[in-house]
This record gives sequence, C-alpha cells and structure tokens, in this order.
Amino acid sequence: MSKSKDKAWFALFTVPLLFIFTTVVLIPFIIGIVYSFVNWDGIPANPKVFVGFDNYVQLFQDERFLSSAWHTVQFTLLALVCVNILGLAFALLVTTKLRSRNAARTMFFMPNLIGGLILGYIWQFIFTDAFSFLGEKTGFDSVFFNWLLHPQFALYAIVAVFTWQLAGYTMIIYIAGIQGIPDELMEAAKVDGANLWQRLKSIVFPLLMPSFTICLFLTLSGAFKIYDVNLSLTKGGPSNATEMFAMNIFNEIFAYGNYGLGQAKAIIFFLIVAGLTLTQVIITKRREVQM
Amino acid sequence: MKKSGKWLLDILLFLASLVFLSPVFIMLINSFKDRAELYENALALPSSFSFEYYKSAMEKMNFFTALGNSLYVTVISVIIVIVLASMTAWMLVRTDNKLSKIIFFTFVATMLIPFQTLMMPLMQVMDWIRTNLHIPMLNTHEGLIYMNVGFTSSMAVFLYHGFIKSVPIALEEAATLDGCSKLGVFWRIVFPLLKNISVTIAILNVIALWNDYLLPSLTLSDKGLRTIPLSTFYFFGEFTIVWNQAMAGLTLTIIPVVIFYIFAQKYIIKGIAAGAVK
Repeated sequence: MSKSKDKAWFALFTVPLLFIFTTVVLIPFIIGIVYSFVNWDGIPANPKVFVGFDNYVQLFQDERFLSSAWHTVQFTLLALVCVNILGLAFALLVTTKLRSRNAARTMFFMPNLIGGLILGYIWQFIFTDAFSFLGEKTGFDSVFFNWLLHPQFALYAIVAVFTWQLAGYTMIIYIAGIQGIPDELMEAAKVDGANLWQRLKSIVFPLLMPSFTICLFLTLSGAFKIYDVNLSLTKGGPSNATEMFAMNIFNEIFAYGNYGLGQAKAIIFFLIVAGLTLTQVIITKRREVQM
Repeated sequence: MKKSGKWLLDILLFLASLVFLSPVFIMLINSFKDRAELYENALALPSSFSFEYYKSAMEKMNFFTALGNSLYVTVISVIIVIVLASMTAWMLVRTDNKLSKIIFFTFVATMLIPFQTLMMPLMQVMDWIRTNLHIPMLNTHEGLIYMNVGFTSSMAVFLYHGFIKSVPIALEEAATLDGCSKLGVFWRIVFPLLKNISVTIAILNVIALWNDYLLPSLTLSDKGLRTIPLSTFYFFGEFTIVWNQAMAGLTLTIIPVVIFYIFAQKYIIKGIAAGAVK
C-alpha cells in the first residue's frame, strides 16, 4: 500500500478524537497559562492587563488561599490513611471464605456509585439530625453532635464521607491484588508456622505493592481535587474552615471574578497535583517486587 | 478455625456491611415520614408509608426530565468516546513512528491536569466558538457531550493502547491480505476483540459522567437541560431544606444507580479491577 494512503488512514482514525481533545484539553491548558499572567475580571468588554508574575506573588499572600491549602493537606493525609486502611481491611475480609463475603462486597462498594454531591447531602442529614438525635438519646454527645458546625470536626466530616465513598473502590483494587497472590505461598508460610500478622507483613503487603501504588494514587489525586462533597456537605463552612483548594479556585474565578488570580492558583494547583502524584507513583513503584 | 468462630465472623461481617450502608437506610426511612415524625426521631421506622413527599420532590426536581437528560448525555458521550478512542489507540499502536509516540505521550501526560486548571479557559474557548463560529457549545447537551468526550479521551486511549499491544497482529494481516480495508479490519476484526476493555472503559466513564457536577454546572444554565446532579443541587439550594422531602428527592436520584448496579454488578467489579491494573 502506498505511503500517502497509509497517512490518510492514520488521519481518518486519529484526527476526530485529536481534534476534540485539542479543543477541550490542550488549547484551554495553554490559554490557561496565559491567563494566569493577566489581570481580568471576566467581563469580555474589559481589558486583560498583562501583570507578569503579580498573580503568583499575590496568591502566596492570600491568607484564605493558604488556609485552603492547609485544609487540603490535612484532609488529604487523613483521607489517604482512612480510605486505604478501611479498603484494605474490607478486601482482606471479603477474600476469606466467609459466606457473607459477596453481600458485604456489594454493600461496601455501593456508595461509590452514588456520586459525591449526593453523598454529601445524605451525610448532611446524618450529621445534623441523626447525630444530634443519637447524642441526645445515648448520652455520647461528645461523639454524636453536629460535626458540621465545628471547624475541625467539619473537616473530619468530609474525611468520613470521602472515606465512605472511596473505601469500596480501593477494596476492589486490593481484592484484585490479593487474588493474584498464589495460594501455595500462603500455604507454605502457614506450614512453616507463620502467624496471620507475619503472613500479612512478609507476603501479602509486599506483593500488594502494585495495588498500593494505584490506590494511593487514586486517593491522593481524588482527595486533592475534592469539590463535590465539599460543596454539598459544608459549602466550605463553618466560616471557611473547610474550604479546600478546588473550591477556593472556583470561588476566586467565578464568585469573585478574579480571573487572572484564580487561574494562577489553578496553575499552581496543577503543579502540586502533578508533582505529588508523580512522586508518589515513583516511590511506590520502586517498592514493587517481582515474583 | 473453629466452626462457631467462623459463624460469628460471618455474622459480624454482615453486620459491618449493614452499618456501612446505614446512611442510605436512614435516608430511605425518613423519606416516608412527615416533618413532626422526622424531628421526633430520625432513626425510627416510619409509622405510615406516605409517597406524598416523593411526588412533590419529583415535581420540584423535574425528575424525569433530569433523568432523561442524564441518560442522553452519559450514553452518547460514552458511545462516542469508545468509538473514537479505540480507533485512535489502534492506529497509534499499529503505526510505529515518532508521531504516534508523541500523540500517545500527550494523551498520557494530560491525565495529570486537574479539571480546575482547565475550567475557566475551557469556558472561554467554548464561548469563543459560540460567538465566532456560531456553534452552540454552551448551554446545549451536545456541547457538554463534546467536552465529556474530550476529557475522557486520555484515559480511554491509555487503556485501549495498553490492551491492543497484547492483541496479536496475525488476524489483522490475514484480513488485509483478503482485501479488507483498514476500516473493515478495525470494525470486523479488532473492535470485537476489544470487548472486555471497552466494557471497562464504558463502566468507568458511566460512573464518572453520571455523577459529574462541576462541568455540567458550568455549561448548562437552562432549567430544562439539567442533569440529575444539577437538579439535586438546585433542589437543595432553591427550597429551604424540608428534610423529609429532601430525603425523598435523594432516594429518587439513587434508584437509577441501584438499578444499574444490580444489572451490571459483575462488569462493574471486573471493570474497576481491570481498569486499575494498567
């Protein structure tokens, strides 16, 4: 077949998607970088004034932005631990020979399908009504009170909902990893007298490293980019105590109309997310072992 | 392990999963209660079953319109991305040159860009297309579908690319010798072989797009165009929260998801495991 014909086929197969991808992802990304260097209020008639790195300087003096960054860091660390411990525990439980394992697996995964916005609303009710009711009736009002009214506990509330959402998802990935571990290996260890913890520590966890890589990546990037749950559960409140990165960027651009500053924040956000997730993947990949 | 111990563990696991899902259960029981009953005890079973709040929630959320909108946007987006991404990935794998590598690398690299970095410039680009080329990209389902395809393409190409590399080329060569065109080879031979990974990509994208709030909230402003997450958001914003009605509304939004889960459970679990391994 002639070369030019090959090229025509290549174009026919790839150009439609490439065109959409370019207009939706690539061009906006490039324009986004440009916007981060201008001062603009988003009104087409008003001029876009080039301000150099001013926006980048300004965002580091924006206390609300810095505190949203701090909330995001706290939230991400807590979420990372909670989601993965729970997900792994679920996976270990439902890969045993227990009869209720299939039903449990189905139920553990369920919240993930419901979607962040709706989960947030369900939990808003749980925290405001069910929790206060439980606190009143049981006397455990140091645990069961409306978490959403308390700055620190409101952040924990988002961690709880996010964990509820993602634990089942990571469970599925951990299950796939656990099922890939040969039974003979576990049997041999058992025969050698290794107890459950020794088997977990020396066989299961090392061989699960690929699953850890993926699950940590998913929770890390998911937690850093959280928006839906943040919006529906707390709207960033009380008094901005739970405003995360993503919500701060959204508000800066679309609520306050600081398009340039907001976009500069968005670029910084990209650099942090990309840097963090790449570092994490490289570190955990290095610890993966070959069988 | 002793038999009795296993029994106990079995029951404990089942109870744990029930507790895990209890927020859904609490939502369900409160959707049937009247206001007084709800505030009296949020955890008790309803004394009578009234579907009254479902009716009013359904009207206020414009439920069936939203359901139709969500179905339309999700299904069409997923079909288009499956078709275009599989074609693109196949060509990229089978054409071994620098250009293919650059294109593939670009798709993969952009997976690191969070949506928040693109949202404002994206709206500017779409607005530019609307005013200068007179193509209605904003405030139409088709525009939203276009953007959905763009955002889901990276991951889809990435997953197809990995999968196609393991598909032997012999069958394709035989078909080419028999006079099949590239389009014929792809649709008759290759695409059917990609069924498993196509299902995976479809599942992952259905979940993501069905639940997506941010992009639709930026592109759709007409009330009649709202998808389910959007109508839920406005439902909570426009009406001061009447919790029993709100619970009925939330239950409504979960019903389609539960139906989907019941029918596609096997594929969902498999799809997520397969999608993660790559």
